[in-house]
Amino acid sequence: MPKFMLILHSAPHGLDKASPEEIQKIIEKFESWKEKLAAADRLVSSDKLKEEGGKVITVKNGQMSVVDGPYSEAKEVVAGYFMFRAANYDEAVEMTRDCPALQFGRIEIRQTDPMGCGGE
Amino acid sequence: MSLEPQVQELVEHLFRHQAGRMLATLSHIFGLEYLDLAEEVVQDALVQALRQWPFHGIPDNPRLWLLQVARNKALDRLRRQASLRRKKHEIEQRFQQRQSLLETSESGEAEELVDEQLAMIFACCNPALPREARVALTLKAVSGFSVTEIARAFLSEESTIAQRIVRAKRRIREAGITLILPPPEELPTRLDSVLQVLYLLFSEGYSAHAGENLVREDLCGEAIRLTQLLAARPSTALPKVHALLALFYFQAARLSTRVDGDGNLLLLEEQQRTDWDHGLVHLGLIQLELSAEGDELSEYHLQAGIAVVHATSSCFAHTNWPYLLELYDQLLARAPSPVVALNRAIALSMVEGPEAALDSLNALSQEPALKNYYLLPAVKADLFRRLGQTTSAADSYRQALSYPCTEPERRFLLKRLHDLNPND
Repeated sequence: MPKFMLILHSAPHGLDKASPEEIQKIIEKFESWKEKLAAADRLVSSDKLKEEGGKVITVKNGQMSVVDGPYSEAKEVVAGYFMFRAANYDEAVEMTRDCPALQFGRIEIRQTDPMGCGGE
Repeated sequence: MSLEPQVQELVEHLFRHQAGRMLATLSHIFGLEYLDLAEEVVQDALVQALRQWPFHGIPDNPRLWLLQVARNKALDRLRRQASLRRKKHEIEQRFQQRQSLLETSESGEAEELVDEQLAMIFACCNPALPREARVALTLKAVSGFSVTEIARAFLSEESTIAQRIVRAKRRIREAGITLILPPPEELPTRLDSVLQVLYLLFSEGYSAHAGENLVREDLCGEAIRLTQLLAARPSTALPKVHALLALFYFQAARLSTRVDGDGNLLLLEEQQRTDWDHGLVHLGLIQLELSAEGDELSEYHLQAGIAVVHATSSCFAHTNWPYLLELYDQLLARAPSPVVALNRAIALSMVEGPEAALDSLNALSQEPALKNYYLLPAVKADLFRRLGQTTSAADSYRQALSYPCTEPERRFLLKRLHDLNPND
């Protein structure tokens, strides 16, 4: 079954005002969303990315430059990813519809392409 | 990393309770004058959990994880706090002590950590703080409620609650209130102030509501949890603490039967007694027994005594009303209150009849505390109804409806009025 990566572009807002109870409720929503995927044996992996210490490397005119960033203060950063199996994009979208991360920003869904030669 | 298929559940209100525990710990480590800093660190740690746990799952020991993160966040902030930076080594050591306690005592709570919370409760309920501020500050700093949640629970404005808390914190600094459990000779009076706050929390949560406002029921649970902490430690478990806890258990046993499926109010005589939580009644009986040690008879003893009569009576009619009347008389003699007098009138009506009760209520109509209080005319209306004096009953119901009351109470009064005049 094809694998899909959910890339979480997160722009958390108001979290420093969220109550402990509200924070717990969001975590519980994530747990039950993941539970559904895991029960159907769809979940492959997930990881959080460090907020601080990123590097951006670019090469311009043969010169490599390495700069710090993107910063967590930026309007939007990639907070982490989820990888799961789905039949196709339609199903992947369906499975993401109730992902709690949507309340913190947009989610990019990309199918992995291990063969790279077209087709499914 | 690969994900385990099984999901670890979080204990109900874990974050709220853990916020309170961590704040107590951090305030002990930094000193109570750094309460604001401690609050920021706690919030940082909770938000970090929200950033981490969705991807990597809930850690095996969530409380330890949160404390470790709080430690790192705290040390991070210390670099910017010159006054605390000098104590960095000491602060690290204190964190280490608490972490070891959490590592070794997975089930149950280490006594040292409970005492930290108790000291925090005593500080928030310190008599040097304005009375209203004690309640708000306890909910905020001990129970992990947000200002929004406190305002919702007490049906007041957020800005009012926020201001109370700010003032209370300033008062703490001005009065130099510290986190020390009161010495034995001061304990009884300091405890009175704490129990009063807990009683207020419970009553506020217990007062009738439509069921859509769950925060209010959480107040009852929180009052019970904090009283349990006091009752479990020999240093604070005075008989009146057990009496208050008994009262809470008896009342909580009836909590879910006070409204029907449509959110309509059910009177004691209409409640389904088999649906009462008999486990809680049992817990109440144990506490009541513990409260009988020593010769102190507090208000809470009498109130628990009244509550146990109801909780253990097989039905409304078979309730021992003469004994209840006696308890109400004792309660009135000790702590005169128009609301108690109102309840006594109901007991009196069951012993001597509605007329005697109406007579006793006439004296109450001048009470300023009962002015604009719907319950006085509502009780009168019921007594008139039982006497068959329909016109007077209807007048009293209408009077009750003209005073502020909650939505379920209003519906209840309207229904009663309607039942009097089916053609109205």
